[in-house]
Amino acid sequence: MITVENAVIARGGFTLAASLSVPAGEICAVIGPSGSGKSTLLEAVAGFLPLTSGSIRVDGTEIAALPPAERPVTLLFQENNLFPHLNVARNTGLGLRPSLSLTATEKRAVADALGEVGLGDYGARLPAELSGGQRQRAGLARALLRDKPVLLLDEPFAALGPALRQEMLALIERLVRERSLAVLMITHTPEDARAIAGLTAVCMEGHIDGARATADVFADPSPELAAYLGVITPPD
Amino acid sequence: MTTLRHPLPFRVRLGGGLALAIILMLTLGALVVVAMRAGEAGALTVPDWRALRFTIVQAFLSALLSVLLAIPLARALARRRFWGRDTLTSLLGAPFLLPVIVAILGVIAVWGRSGWIADGMGALGLGKLNVYGMPGVLIAHVFFNLPLAARLILQGFSDLSPERWRVAAQLGIEGRALFWVNEWPAIRASAPGAFALVFLVCATSFAVALALGGGPRATTLELAIYEAASYDFDLGRAALLAGLQFAVCAGAALLALAVQAPVTASPGALTLVERWDGRGRWARWRDAGIIGAVCLFLGAPVLAVALRGVAGLDDLGPQVWAAAGRSIAVSALAVALTLSLATGLAALIAALHSRGSASAARLADVAGMLPIAASPFVIGIAFIIVLLPVADPFALALPLTAIVNAAMALPFALRILTPAIKLAHDEHGKLADTIGLSGWTRIRVLYAPRLRRPMGFAAGLSGALAMGDLGVIALFSTPDAPTLPLLMHLLATSRQVDAAYGAALVLVALSFGVFWLFDWLGRRR
Repeated sequence: MITVENAVIARGGFTLAASLSVPAGEICAVIGPSGSGKSTLLEAVAGFLPLTSGSIRVDGTEIAALPPAERPVTLLFQENNLFPHLNVARNTGLGLRPSLSLTATEKRAVADALGEVGLGDYGARLPAELSGGQRQRAGLARALLRDKPVLLLDEPFAALGPALRQEMLALIERLVRERSLAVLMITHTPEDARAIAGLTAVCMEGHIDGARATADVFADPSPELAAYLGVITPPD
Repeated sequence: MTTLRHPLPFRVRLGGGLALAIILMLTLGALVVVAMRAGEAGALTVPDWRALRFTIVQAFLSALLSVLLAIPLARALARRRFWGRDTLTSLLGAPFLLPVIVAILGVIAVWGRSGWIADGMGALGLGKLNVYGMPGVLIAHVFFNLPLAARLILQGFSDLSPERWRVAAQLGIEGRALFWVNEWPAIRASAPGAFALVFLVCATSFAVALALGGGPRATTLELAIYEAASYDFDLGRAALLAGLQFAVCAGAALLALAVQAPVTASPGALTLVERWDGRGRWARWRDAGIIGAVCLFLGAPVLAVALRGVAGLDDLGPQVWAAAGRSIAVSALAVALTLSLATGLAALIAALHSRGSASAARLADVAGMLPIAASPFVIGIAFIIVLLPVADPFALALPLTAIVNAAMALPFALRILTPAIKLAHDEHGKLADTIGLSGWTRIRVLYAPRLRRPMGFAAGLSGALAMGDLGVIALFSTPDAPTLPLLMHLLATSRQVDAAYGAALVLVALSFGVFWLFDWLGRRR
């Protein structure tokens, strides 16, 4: 369970005010126009941006003052999640221990995690030898090894084609169910939200006011969201 | 697919062709002139070989020391956040604009026979410190190039995708592991270029060797060329040495090309990546120690010049102001020449590039980089050889100095202007073609708005470099009509040291002033 309460995050001249809560085992889509503050929220939760005020709690524990490595969250970026000169197994292994040498047991755990995301045979490859979708799956395998209760996804499929996208969505849905993760997922496409996210939070002009059931959000969009989505709202 | 090949506009062909012809004459032409004259000197003598060896060894050591010290400095600056960090990283670009002779006086005031360190050692009853020779040359070169190398390596850290530093922070990667996942790849990408650049700069070192080296054991080729031409008036020997110098520079330039070295790290702000490592006490103390030591090393000579300079201001006579006037004239002429050459050549390169003649564009670009391989004294000796039968090169000291300086600044100016013109072509060139923008209107609408800032910046750089130049002016000038840097050297070596330090303040003000003026003109709305 992750709870962001009255969080204010300043970045340059921009300010985001956010409140939302996502229980374990739930995926919350974060949608909104570019520049509205979606990534700012994820960076603050992951510890890359400080909070001006407010709080971020994971399972009841305040995490806003912790350095990134000590937070019980994993953030998967749109790209560049892997170190290009390390093979997939080493990249993944870094999720287990932040050093470049692993014990035999740890190596087995890495192989298992890679198997779980369908990369069982790819451990010895370099990131450049994988497709974009495979690289993201290696990033997910590392997140699994880190074993943190909160998963943050910053448009992780933006660079993928439709088929790979479906595949990734299915994979994430399965992992979330098996591991009971709380997920915040930034996306530009309402279909992603409808496909796997039970909750949706709308980010508009530096404001996120809670997460609601995805079906409700799209059935009854606010005028700003309707304008962003391009749907015509019936006149009152 | 066929590409449409519009003929190049006439003004581009004329301006670019003229610039190209001038620059080829100043570089390859100079080499031919020097080579023809070198024959009469006979074989290389033992002192010649010594000068060659000293040039290469000191350039190698200067580059090695600068880069090795720059790595921990860059790392400390990248991961510490403290008050004044941005100012400090900006200041790392300042030595590029600082006149060499000013830095030399600063180094002497700190490290020299009666400098601060010698005084301190004397007070403690320790032995004498003698920096003249290799140690002094290395200190001065590291003073100039450590900041340059540090900026290039900082740039290398920033060139890694920001996600890599964040992923590392999230995974808690620290110390040795962080070195291997992020720092080493960034260093491997940036350090060879920094090394090659520093080597190239130091391979043509003249003023530093003149003031801090000298003697049979610490003479660079540039200094040897100067001595052969000025003391012995042996143009054959000077030409032979110039040929040797050209070979060294061309070799170093090829090395730089092979590792894709940048032409320079330009002054100005630098975007630093955010890092989360090194929070431990040991790392904090070590970084503080490194930053403090470097500040002391770089700051002490500057402080020394400032303190002694203020005291020396009273000793400034009319000769200082006359020399300052000459320097301003050289600087203004160099700016005009640099901008003309660079604009002509950049327009040609961009035009060739945009109509798809990539190899022709590359050739023109390489021609613009040739001055890197031709040292100032190679061009200077060629001028003397060519002019001597028909004119008095010494009466032309100021214009010749300006020409040589313009040639030396051309690679920087090209690197600044060409991308701006290319960008104008790429973004709005087709639009301008469609609506039929041509001639003067095209220049005003398409290029002028995008070129103002880079032109101001390039003009500022070339003006400051020419203002502070102590190079070929020593070759051409007579002692009764020196530029300000040369006058400072003459004062410092004729026991009028206080006046030299006073003049240093004037020169620093002029150098940074001319940079600031042109840069401001470019930024002004």
